Amino acid sequence: MIVKRITNVFFRYALRVITLLFAVSVIGFTLVSLSPVDPVQQYVLSVGSVSPEQRAELEDYWGLNDPPVERFENCLSAILHGDFGTSLLYRRPVIDVIREKFANTFALMLCAWVFSGVIGFILGCVMGANRDRAADKILKRICLLLCSVPTFWLGLLLLLLFSVWLGWFPIGFSSPIGVMNSDVTIWQQIHHLILPALTLSLLSFANVALHTRQKLIDVLESDYVLFAKARGESKRQIMKRHGYRNIIMPALTLQFASFAELFGGSVLAENVFSYPGLGSAVSAAGLNSDVPLLLGITLFSALFVFTGNMIANLLYGAIDPQIKESYANE
Amino acid sequence: MNELTVQNSSVFHGKRINRRTKTVILIILISAIIASALLAGVLISDEAVAADFTNAKQKPSFEHLFGTDWLGRDLFARTMKGLSISIVVGVVASLISAVIAVLVGIAAATGSKTLDGFINWLIDLVMGVPHLVLIILISFACGRGLKGLLAGIAITHWTSLARLIRAEVLQLRSEQYIAVSRKLGKSNGWILINHILPHMIPQFVVGLVLMFPHAILHEASISFLGYGLPPEQPAIGIILSESMKYLSSGMWWLAFFPGLTLVIIVILFDRLGDNLKMLIDPYSAQE
Repeated sequence: MIVKRITNVFFRYALRVITLLFAVSVIGFTLVSLSPVDPVQQYVLSVGSVSPEQRAELEDYWGLNDPPVERFENCLSAILHGDFGTSLLYRRPVIDVIREKFANTFALMLCAWVFSGVIGFILGCVMGANRDRAADKILKRICLLLCSVPTFWLGLLLLLLFSVWLGWFPIGFSSPIGVMNSDVTIWQQIHHLILPALTLSLLSFANVALHTRQKLIDVLESDYVLFAKARGESKRQIMKRHGYRNIIMPALTLQFASFAELFGGSVLAENVFSYPGLGSAVSAAGLNSDVPLLLGITLFSALFVFTGNMIANLLYGAIDPQIKESYANE
Repeated sequence: MNELTVQNSSVFHGKRINRRTKTVILIILISAIIASALLAGVLISDEAVAADFTNAKQKPSFEHLFGTDWLGRDLFARTMKGLSISIVVGVVASLISAVIAVLVGIAAATGSKTLDGFINWLIDLVMGVPHLVLIILISFACGRGLKGLLAGIAITHWTSLARLIRAEVLQLRSEQYIAVSRKLGKSNGWILINHILPHMIPQFVVGLVLMFPHAILHEASISFLGYGLPPEQPAIGIILSESMKYLSSGMWWLAFFPGLTLVIIVILFDRLGDNLKMLIDPYSAQE
């Protein structure tokens, strides 16, 4: 029964994701074709001298003279066959670029995601348990402050503090300059990962912390906790028996639903630390009019966010009986 | 009953400032900053931020409050000019966005079920692509510049306010005085203009004030990445991205002060928005 329900939800969500992804590709394609930047011109600039005949041939080859709808159909069928085109910037198939860059970004986001989740949860518990005491007030101020700080500025400050003044961490790049990729040790990679990951997690833990605080306060004010107190449970017992158990799943759900902010934050953090991931690739693609790469990453990021949202929805359905019932009734 | 009096007395007898007073103070502070930034944008001539190599790379002092950059330009003047640009962009973009949100929210709540479903789907769509990526795409489509920046920020920010307004209108629709109006023979349009829209004004104002910090942060981020305004117009994001090249030579003030100014503006607006929200809807003060 439960398996059936979950597959049901899963399929409905998958259908939604497919229509949304289709819409993203239509909108992305329209936006890119609206752009006054001429892709042929950009390509010509990057290649060097091209005669007018070659240019016309290129335009024909890329199908720029075809009507837009036909171009979109061609583009879509290529995408469905797994061909996202060739990146102008990296001179390689877009799918390869995305795969390679995403490995870097994934390491960064995973670190930040786990770290911010754990820290946010712990701080949220501390704040909720000590409601309206000094610790709560100070931590709450800090969280609210961190919500208003731009990602890249925090990155710059961390860079100044740890790389320029203290010299603990290198300034940028995911591996040392002048060393072959195969020679880079895992420690060197981690060394280069710490600051960007720290920037990213400092910005996202505040959200989890404030949310967890609120949930914990709701729990501690509930009747069953009052009854537990009346039964003589100690504060620690109450936290263990009623507190953590009730707030860990909402916090996890929130973390899964925050993939969009995580991705946006990683774009900025990667640019500050010149970390070679998807985020720096997307801004470079936009600046250098690398249309295939830009579209590819847009689609990929949308897929990434939808996946996170789907996990969040499934988790939510699994923990909240009301939502479970509403699924069953639909 | 006892609890109530205790709560009240803590507000009036304690050292805490009343929320209304706080809001008024915040409004005064913000208008002072905005006025001075806008005045600075107009009054500070291009000569004041022109290159002056004799004064290059100076640390912050009373003469140059924020120091000078590698070309000898006064950073304080540049920051204030940048702030005026950021504020104008932020206000215009969030205004457009808030208007979109109201229109879409009301349409979703009063229109047909299909329309409501479509708008929900649209909101999912806008929220599904990371905002920064979407803004990059939109500003690429508009050929990088002020237009793309405004369109990008306006298109990405309306979603949460639209949801709020939709919920509010749905609730309003079931109120008795709406039903009475309808029985009195008022048309849907009349009810919309005379009953529903006035109710949306507080939501609109709060939404606008809370949207502004996000808009200004996104503006800074996107110009930091090199989209948006041309480098001759010193938006804060551009000042910060230029400062990156000089960080390793220890010129910390280039990155520190402009960013700090931005953060202060953002925090003030956030506080103002929160306070306004609580004044309008005291129930949310419990959150």
